[in-house]
Order: sequence, then C-alpha cells, then structure tokens
Amino acid sequence: MSELRLRSLSVALGGAPILREIDAELQRGEWLALVGPNGAGKSTLLRATAGLVGYRGSVSLDGAEVAGLSRRAVAARVAFVPQTPLLPPDMTVGEYVLLGRTPHLGYLATEGRRDREAAATALGRLDLERFARRPLASLSGGEAQRAVLARAMAQQAPLLLLDEPTTALDVGRQQQVLELVEELRQEGLTVLSAMHDLTLAGQYADRLTMLVDGCVVASGTPAEVLTEQRVARFYQAWVHVVDEPGGFAVVPRRQSAHVPISAGRSER
Amino acid sequence: MNAPDVPLATEGDAAAGHARPAASFGRSAVALILAGGFLLASVVVGISVGPVHLGVGSIIDATAAHLPLLHVHSPLSDTDEAILWQLRAPRVVLACLVGGMLAVAGASYQGVLRNPLADPYLLGIAAGAGLGATLAIAYGHGGFASYDLLPLAAFIGAAAGVGAAYALGRTVGSGRSPATLILAGVTITSFLTALQTFVQQQRSETLRETYSWLLGRLDTSGWRDVILVLPYVAVSVVALLLHRRLLDVLSVGDEEAAALGVNVGRVRLTVVVFATIGTAAAVAISGLIGFVGIIVPHAVRLLVGPSYRLLLPLSLLVGAGFLVCTDMLARTVMAPAELPIGVVTAFFGAPFFAVVLRTTRMVGP
Repeated sequence: MSELRLRSLSVALGGAPILREIDAELQRGEWLALVGPNGAGKSTLLRATAGLVGYRGSVSLDGAEVAGLSRRAVAARVAFVPQTPLLPPDMTVGEYVLLGRTPHLGYLATEGRRDREAAATALGRLDLERFARRPLASLSGGEAQRAVLARAMAQQAPLLLLDEPTTALDVGRQQQVLELVEELRQEGLTVLSAMHDLTLAGQYADRLTMLVDGCVVASGTPAEVLTEQRVARFYQAWVHVVDEPGGFAVVPRRQSAHVPISAGRSER
Repeated sequence: MNAPDVPLATEGDAAAGHARPAASFGRSAVALILAGGFLLASVVVGISVGPVHLGVGSIIDATAAHLPLLHVHSPLSDTDEAILWQLRAPRVVLACLVGGMLAVAGASYQGVLRNPLADPYLLGIAAGAGLGATLAIAYGHGGFASYDLLPLAAFIGAAAGVGAAYALGRTVGSGRSPATLILAGVTITSFLTALQTFVQQQRSETLRETYSWLLGRLDTSGWRDVILVLPYVAVSVVALLLHRRLLDVLSVGDEEAAALGVNVGRVRLTVVVFATIGTAAAVAISGLIGFVGIIVPHAVRLLVGPSYRLLLPLSLLVGAGFLVCTDMLARTVMAPAELPIGVVTAFFGAPFFAVVLRTTRMVGP
C-alpha cells in the first residue's frame, strides 16, 4: 500500500492558486524529491501533506484522508521539517527534541519514560548527546539542522517531509544530513523532500517530480526529469548534466565567455 | 541557559540522553525548594512586621495553637491574636494569591502570545476592569454598598474587555496570530480607556477614589476578600499549570506546533480564558498592580531558562513571595501612611530586575 497518495490536489492561498491538480504517489521506504524553480509550490505541497493548509482534491496517508484526521493523528503519521524552523534560543537541545513526542501524548499529559527514551535515541542517532543540555542558540547551522531532524525522528512518524533540508549548510554538512536521511529511509522511513540543489536531489532521491507554477511538468528517475533542455526551459539556466553511477550531477555553466582581467586590459 | 551548563555539556557525557532528565529533575527540585523557602520566609516576615511587632516565634506558637493535637497555648494577647488573624494573615494570604496569580498569568500570556512584553493586563483586562471600577465608583454611590459592587463590576469589565479583544482578533483577517490578538487588545484598550476617561470627567468628584483603585491596593476587609478570589485563582492556576508542556510546544511557532499535533487555536483560547479568569478576580480585589506579571516571569526565566514546566510553578511561588515583600514595604516605609502597592512593585522591582538582567546578560542569545 502506498504511504502517500495525492489525487487532483489543488491549493489556493489568499485567492491565488498555488497548486493545480497534482497527482503523486509514494511507496513505503521511497524517497521522492520535489524540484522546480522558486515559487513552484514545493513548500505548499509539503504543508498540504502535513495538513497545515486547506486543499481541494485528496491527500491520503496510508489510506486515510488528511483533512479527516485530527491534528494529532496527522502528526503521528507525518513529521515535518520546515525550511526555516523556529528555534527558541534558550531552549535546550534535549527539551527541543522531546517536543517531537507531542503527537504521542494526551492533551494535558507529560512525557513518560518511553518518550524520554525515544528522545534519547534520536539524540544518539544524530550524535547530539553531548549537546543535550546546550541551548539551541549555541549550535552551528549544521548542528541545529541535526537537532531539528532529531525532533522529527523522536516523532516516530512513518513519513518524513523535508523542506530544503540542506539550505545554509556547507557541502560536507549537506552530504552528512542527506546520508543520514538515507539511512533512516533504508530502515523503512518514507521521505518527501523539496530540494533546490538538483545535483543532491538527483543523487539521493529515488524519483523526482518537477513542479512549475503549481503543476507537475515531469516525473520519473533523476535522469528522466533533469534533462538539460528541461532545466534550461524551466529554470532559465545553462547546465550540463552528468549521469554516471554514483555521480549524478547538474553542473551550471557560464553563458558569457570568461575573459581574464589581464587579457581584457591588453586588448584595449 | 545557565553558564555552568556549557562546560559541563562540552565535557561530554556518554549517557547524557538518559542522564539529562534526572539531572534536570534535581535542578528543578532545588529551584522549587529555594522558591518555596523564599515564599515561606516572606510570609513569616510579612506577618511579623507592622506597627505592632509580632515575634516570629510567637507567630509559630500562635499558629500551632490552632492546630489540633499539639496542645500549644498561644503566647499572644487577645489584641495581638486579632491583629495576627484578622489583619495581617488575611492581607499576606491575599498578597500571595494576587502576586502568584499575576506572575503565572503573565508567564502564560507571554507564552501563548509569544511576546516577552505581554503582561496579564495586555488584552484589555486593565482597561475593562478600570472602566467597570470607575462606573461602580462613579454611579454606585447610592446608599447601598458600592464596595460590594466594585469587585463585581471590575471582574465583569475585565472579562468583557478580553472577550471583546479575542472576538475582534478572530474576525480580523483569517489568521488568529498572536500579533493580531495583541493589536485587537490595543484597540479595545484604547476604546475602553476613552470611555473610562469620559466617565471620570463626568464625575470628577470621584476621581481620587478611582485613582487610588487604579494604583492597586491590598487593603483588605479580613478574610472575605481572600474567600472571594480564592476559587477563581485556584481554578486558574491549576488549569494554567496543566498547560505548561503545551506552552513549551507553542514556543516553536504556530505552524510547527500544529505540525506536532497541537490544536494551536484551542490551546491559545483555553490559556487566555483561564489566565483571564484568575487575573480578573485578582484585579477585582486589588486593583491594577503593575509589574509583577512581567518582572517575575522574566527574572525566573533568566535564572532557570525558558521551559514553562519550571517557569510556571516557580513564577507562582516567586510572584507570591514578591508581592508579600512589596506589600510589607508599602505599609512600613511611610508608616502610618501606606504607599500604593503598584508604586512599590515598580520602584523596587525595576532595580532588582536590572540586577538580574546585568548578572545574566552573558547567557542566551
């Protein structure tokens, strides 16, 4: 059974259509990356899946319609990592990760032993144990991103939504975060991510879906979706696509010829 | 959070994930015991200090005399007994209730509106209660006790003020964001304040009495006021304490809290309702005692961090002790005259807060 199924999903925000008639499907343990230029509707698709915006059409999680589920039931099925999470500066990493247990707790309940253990496991998994008592404000960008992922892990939801998980990370941290998501995926997590970086999207996701102006323009394997012509047409970018085993890459190329400054001078 | 935590944490602790809850439990317990000790000391000193000095020992004996099975005889004369039980004790207990309530409500409003400047009076409570009290004082004088009318009028005014602000906030735009709610509160406040000023102008002969109410006072008529506010404060404090974990969840913002499974609108409404019930009851009896609701939670936050699990119970204890201390100053500094307690809370609270701010400024962002 598919973990997530979108049928004719349409979303309008403030009267403006953001997503139009989207169809998509994710099997358990699959990683689907949403690509597409800025403003294509990638984030909105993630938010609709997490039940955070109203929609027309259907979003079903494991057969259950999101709009018909309580907030808590959705949160037990979907962990959402936003692009710029709000990190309360003085809250400790341990407290923050424990917030991930919220969907498993009754309205006025407090965390029990099992919840603390789940949070401790998530901290350990993301190598954050020694940060547990540090305030969030003291973390670097990469550490903070790991803390957010740890919170999502503590949530123990089968579907993980990542909105631009590698923004603001250096190339090493980008790889570490995505390798980690890949590990979690191999353990059975289903991943839906919005990604700017086409190379990383192509390297890590099983399938890509390209959104442009709220519509799906292409869907399939990275090589099928990310063709030079398509990237040129929808991103207005000149790229060279390299597709070799383990080394899928979309390499930007300069349009103007490179003129060294000394050469430019000598010509005058 | 606390400076000593940082080196501790970087030294590394293999089992930190498991050790942390126990360690922070110990820290919480120490903080709660210290705050409880502060409150107890404030209460004892608050009862003993006054025009007639009552020794701490005789207060304890006199209290024990009222307990069954102990067979202690009160060392106090009948007059001193009356001073202790009919004047000092109810006043100190009222200070505890009002101070604790204002501090817990302030912390809750700050959490639920995610605004550090929120105080218990922000959403129209002050203006609503002010209008209610002004009306009662201006038009309630008619032979039959206006003093019985005043608390009721202030309570209704406060609740109506917040209700109007909340209703307005909901109708403005689609979002029920904290900012919308605060703006609605500001709107309602200026409208009600205008009405209140108008009433005052119409009945300028009652200006002095209205003014003295606005400045706040704990001038009680024995246990009656205590019994009047106790049920509201108890219900409100218990409900707010039960929401302390949810207030932590709200600190990651409305959308992320919703993604974590919290019905943000419902939690916000519930917390506002309970904080308002308690604050309105406190205001109805004591007038507008400023500063407690904003200074106490922030001082506690600077000392123990932002988590509402510890912040709310500590604010309750520290707020209660703080108001007992300031009330003691209000009635002794210029004895036999009494200073308005609202003046004292700010006069002594502001420098105290400045010290806390300075000594902890290296911590946090």
